[in-house]
Amino acid sequence: MDLDDTPEQAEHRAKVRAWLEQHRGEAPVLSGPGALTDEAEIVSARRAWQGKLAEAGLAGVTWPKEYGGRGLGPIEQVVCNQEIARAGVPGILDAIGVGMLGPTIIAHGSEEQKARYLGPMLHGDEVWCQLFSEPAAGSDLAAVQTRARLMDDGSWRLSGQKVWTTNAQFSSYGLLLARTDADVPKHKGLTMFVVPMDAAGVTVRGLRQISGEAEFNEVFFDDVQLEADAVLGGVGNGWGTALTTLMFERVTIGLGGEGLGYNSVRFAGGVASDEHARRDPEVRRALGEISSELLAVRFTGYRTLTALQRGQIPGPEAGLAKVTIVNGAIKAGELIADVIGPDALAKDSQWAYMISFLPGLKSAGGTEEILRNTIGERVLGLPPEPRLDKGIPFSELRSKEGAAA
Amino acid sequence: MNLALSDEQEFLREAARGALSRFKTLEAAREALDAQQGGGGGGQLPDLWPTACEAGWPGLLIDESHGGAGLDAFDAMLVLGECGRVLAGVPLLGHLPASAILADAPRVAEYLPKLASGERRAAYLPAQPPGDVDPHWSADPAHGMQRAPLAGGSAPDANGEVKLSGSYAFVPDAPGADVLVGVALVDGEPAGVVIMADAEGVHVQSVRGYDSTRSLAHVTLTQAPATVLDAPVESLAGAWHLAQALIAAESIGSVETALEVSVAYAKERHTFGRAIGSYQAVKHSLTEVLRQLENGRSLLYYAGWSRNGAPGEFALAASSARSVAGRALDTAARTMISVHGGIGATWEHDAPLYFRRAQLSRRLLGGTAGATDRVAGELIAQADAAAA
Repeated sequence: MDLDDTPEQAEHRAKVRAWLEQHRGEAPVLSGPGALTDEAEIVSARRAWQGKLAEAGLAGVTWPKEYGGRGLGPIEQVVCNQEIARAGVPGILDAIGVGMLGPTIIAHGSEEQKARYLGPMLHGDEVWCQLFSEPAAGSDLAAVQTRARLMDDGSWRLSGQKVWTTNAQFSSYGLLLARTDADVPKHKGLTMFVVPMDAAGVTVRGLRQISGEAEFNEVFFDDVQLEADAVLGGVGNGWGTALTTLMFERVTIGLGGEGLGYNSVRFAGGVASDEHARRDPEVRRALGEISSELLAVRFTGYRTLTALQRGQIPGPEAGLAKVTIVNGAIKAGELIADVIGPDALAKDSQWAYMISFLPGLKSAGGTEEILRNTIGERVLGLPPEPRLDKGIPFSELRSKEGAAA
Repeated sequence: MNLALSDEQEFLREAARGALSRFKTLEAAREALDAQQGGGGGGQLPDLWPTACEAGWPGLLIDESHGGAGLDAFDAMLVLGECGRVLAGVPLLGHLPASAILADAPRVAEYLPKLASGERRAAYLPAQPPGDVDPHWSADPAHGMQRAPLAGGSAPDANGEVKLSGSYAFVPDAPGADVLVGVALVDGEPAGVVIMADAEGVHVQSVRGYDSTRSLAHVTLTQAPATVLDAPVESLAGAWHLAQALIAAESIGSVETALEVSVAYAKERHTFGRAIGSYQAVKHSLTEVLRQLENGRSLLYYAGWSRNGAPGEFALAASSARSVAGRALDTAARTMISVHGGIGATWEHDAPLYFRRAQLSRRLLGGTAGATDRVAGELIAQADAAAA
């Protein structure tokens, strides 16, 4: 057991650190004095910065060399992330593309698709978004209703709505899960598509959240035409392709928990500035309970990393870390706001945004309830809830649901 | 980066599981409770010390040149975890922190070989180091919330001998120990001390009770002869944190069993035509135990690694492990009872034994709450440093 770098990792870290020392001045400033405020400027500066990080080999570290990556292990990517955080510069803009969608294309895409899409994605020339969730298909993702119909000429027509789409407003492409056959059980009639976001019939609308900011979007598809080569991973194989993306999502969450800024020292700082609070037994007890769990998640991440290094794939138990982080941060927000008072909710308070953001995060990547079901069944081996949708053609599900209610 | 067990550690854990499986520890625990309640029977718990000695556990933290295994905290925690799984009363919670202090005191190195072999058994007199709010060393009180002062004595004589007076409550594994090792105020300053348990002025009053598997005593010193140790003060504080890490590991072992037994029952017990484990209410409460268990496990790695890997973080690591593990055991024991329904609250079942373990453990060695408070203190200090 060892938390230190191996000599190879230490050498890699030194090189990454040296590059960042030399180039940190080129990174966009996102907070503090001189920070960029215009969204278009921020996006273009971050895309350029992503290109530099990719050029220097600090992004897409685990991608194969032939697609512009370095063919290294997850630990080397984590070292890069740690050094980027240490240098106080932003990471890549398109973490969803490079972390989750790119690896899905690498796993399921044709050679033409890999050659066409991966390079510009990695360098930030083309940003990607994930078009999976819908208003009526979130935790139950296989219930998506967005339809893609096959035309006689081999092209497709796409209609429907997606939601919770990060970065859609400036994305070039989206990876979209659509129903292509409603007459088979719901997991079987799905297909994954590459969708150009500038195609006719695509509409992106910002979705304002509790904070007042719109970090997500709704995306509408009105008879959008897609060519035959837009299919990724084969017609009817969409669910298997989606599972690959979700697996990489778990890896990202498992390794990046504290990247959200929900860490124990920051929260301790939230109460430490108050002379009374820092000695108050009730405050200390709450802080200690919250922080010890958040600290645990850091080491759960190291355990995940160890498993990855040994070629094991993280299982659904990584979802437990997400439950701990979100609930811990919610309690920390309550505690800190109780200590500070209403000022914690003021517009310029760092805590107001966090407090507003967290209730939604509880449902992101699958609701807490669904995560607990999945983990109870897949990790503990408990019997599943009785289901009404097994083996039933998707087109008949609605009437079945109605009858059961 | 490597947060996994080595082959040697896997072997150590398997060997411990195998050795302890030769004893019916849970049956013995129930019989001991029976005897206390006047239910008849001898109520004698099996003596597991010979097994511990055979396996080399007493010398885990003593270096090889003094007859020990020269291993680290994490290895000791693996053994404690196995003890916790079956509620085995192996007196390592007392012996190991005591041996860690003596291993850092060169002047008494001659004690080590017999402690390493287990020929002599030591018990640690728990002494909580100062924190950011309470600037004093303190001992666990016999009653109430007010921390107790350490035993004290005037300046040592030319041989480093001192007469100590004072008391330490709820000392793990003190009954039957040959040597008591801890911290006392010598001429007003904290110092490591070693006391022969059979010396005049030493009174060890056994307080075995609610958890029959846990051997405890109140130790009262009245002008008792003690030898002052040359162990550094970091080592004295380290022994407290080591004890926190060990009881955390032991608790996580108990959580593992409680969860396994509960999950097995939730799969086989049916109500309203289906297994109770298929209901979300039951499933979610069991995943909550798993969540706390996994958090506890991760912190055991942190604590085990930091004692030598990052000594400045050992207080935080061990305290957070204790805090999470203690709460995990509370949750696991209560969930074990509720998943089993009424039978889980009776002596027909093992659940009450785990519940009793949880109830007493959370109040020993400064308590789970004390560890939680130290987590807060350590993090406030880190936040202050980051802001400066």
